[in-house]
Amino acid sequence: MTREQIRKTEGFIALALSTFAAFLGLFWLVFILGDVLVHGLKALNLSLFLNDPSPPGTEGGGLRNAFVGQLMITIVATLIGVPIGVLGGTFLAEYARGRKIARLISVLSDIMVSVPSIVIGTFIYAILVRPIGHFNGWAGAVALAIIMIPVVLRTTENMLSLVPWTLREAAFALGAPYYKVITQVVYRGAAAGILTGILLSIARVAGETAPLLFTSFNNSFFSLDMKQPISSLTVTIFQYAMGPYDSWHEQAWAAAFVITIFILILTITGRLIIKWRYR
Amino acid sequence: MEVPVVLEQIELRVKGLDFFYSGGVHALKQISLPIYSNQVTALIGPSGCGKTTLLRCFNRMHDLYPDNRYEGEIYFVKDNILSPDTDLISLRSRVGMVFQKPTPFPMSIFDNIAYGLKLKGIKKRAELSERVEKALRNAALWDEAKDKLNASAYDLSGGQQQRLVIARALAVNPEVLLFDEPTSALDPISTSKIEELFATIKKDVTIIIVTHNMQQAARISDWTGFMMLGELIEFGKTDKIFTTPSEKLTEDYITGRFG
Repeated sequence: MTREQIRKTEGFIALALSTFAAFLGLFWLVFILGDVLVHGLKALNLSLFLNDPSPPGTEGGGLRNAFVGQLMITIVATLIGVPIGVLGGTFLAEYARGRKIARLISVLSDIMVSVPSIVIGTFIYAILVRPIGHFNGWAGAVALAIIMIPVVLRTTENMLSLVPWTLREAAFALGAPYYKVITQVVYRGAAAGILTGILLSIARVAGETAPLLFTSFNNSFFSLDMKQPISSLTVTIFQYAMGPYDSWHEQAWAAAFVITIFILILTITGRLIIKWRYR
Repeated sequence: MEVPVVLEQIELRVKGLDFFYSGGVHALKQISLPIYSNQVTALIGPSGCGKTTLLRCFNRMHDLYPDNRYEGEIYFVKDNILSPDTDLISLRSRVGMVFQKPTPFPMSIFDNIAYGLKLKGIKKRAELSERVEKALRNAALWDEAKDKLNASAYDLSGGQQQRLVIARALAVNPEVLLFDEPTSALDPISTSKIEELFATIKKDVTIIIVTHNMQQAARISDWTGFMMLGELIEFGKTDKIFTTPSEKLTEDYITGRFG
């Protein structure tokens, strides 16, 4: 073979291998999503959202408790995690810009992002469940918030550093104090990016199961009391999918479908905002 | 006794100013010059001569970065603005600044101009509207912008954005306006529009402009300071500097022998 033919063959092999790898990855993704879609849609009905679970083994009932519990835990986690993340990111990008402490916190929060969520779950178990004596919703929300914080913090920091420095100087030159420069000018410039980071972090924690197993656990009854164990979709899916009843399996599919769609919507919205704002 | 009318009143007086950047670079050396009220003073000189550094002393912009150090005095009417107890917020509302690249804020045209006014505590919608219109008229942008005051400032062209920024700076009625190469990022038509502005707005404000463009300095300024390597080589009436400079260096620079 000539040198050119060898190169062509090598090129073809590389193309074939990478295409195969891409399709292999895509296949499982489509398979999983398709499976969730087919089984989930089949099991989906209105009573799922309106009724609480019926006694094990009996037909009917729904997962109203899990939907409401999931919503409450996620909302409380967002209310705790987002302000801390945004303010922390603001500290890093503005007040501590260029200082060693900023670099250190950035690196630490990058490490935090990759800490297995079950570790965070057990940590919260030790400080918010054991001392109280029983599982509770607050602990679940705090565990999710701790997972959110580093994500929101780093996105905020990155988005704020993308705002040109001259824009801040221009606001300072009008006699604005620093906090007004940040809140009225810099945040506006970075709003789309920060919002995207927040949406993606919500999407990230909405699918977490492990930290909730150790904290909010589960509750077969409808409850709005965050001081008590509270149901969530992910833990319910875990429990129902492992359970012996066909009706449980169906409801687990339906719950998996709903949470997948929810996360998909959040993620797509986040991507669209990026595309629309930073094209 | 009647005080005689002084035609050229001094707005700012720089006395023995030295400036050091945080790394220890001695960027300005023993600068002394007067800035006359309601006149245009141009600072010219080769890149790195310290003209922008000097400009940014007048509103203490260097204070945004740690470890920069001033020595000497700049008297603004009668206060030394380099004194540590100068209120920077009030100083910067009296000494405005326009930058090289247009810096519209990510908000509407109206809100951009209202921003400085709101900082000054003006909240009434009617007063805001009135002063926004006046500022836009002063910056010769009213006719182009009056129908889209609520549109994003980013929808304007580069030249319009720069006039918007000038309007924003004028809106708060500053006593001095600093221009840091305000037209170097603009096309010739936008440049001439902004140059025309200087003649009209200097009735209300004292202007200091840093420019790389010597023709521009000659066209628009009343006074010119020529700087090199952190020193003020020569300062005088613009027509004198450009026709019969006293220093050899000045002559070499304005005749294009270096720079």
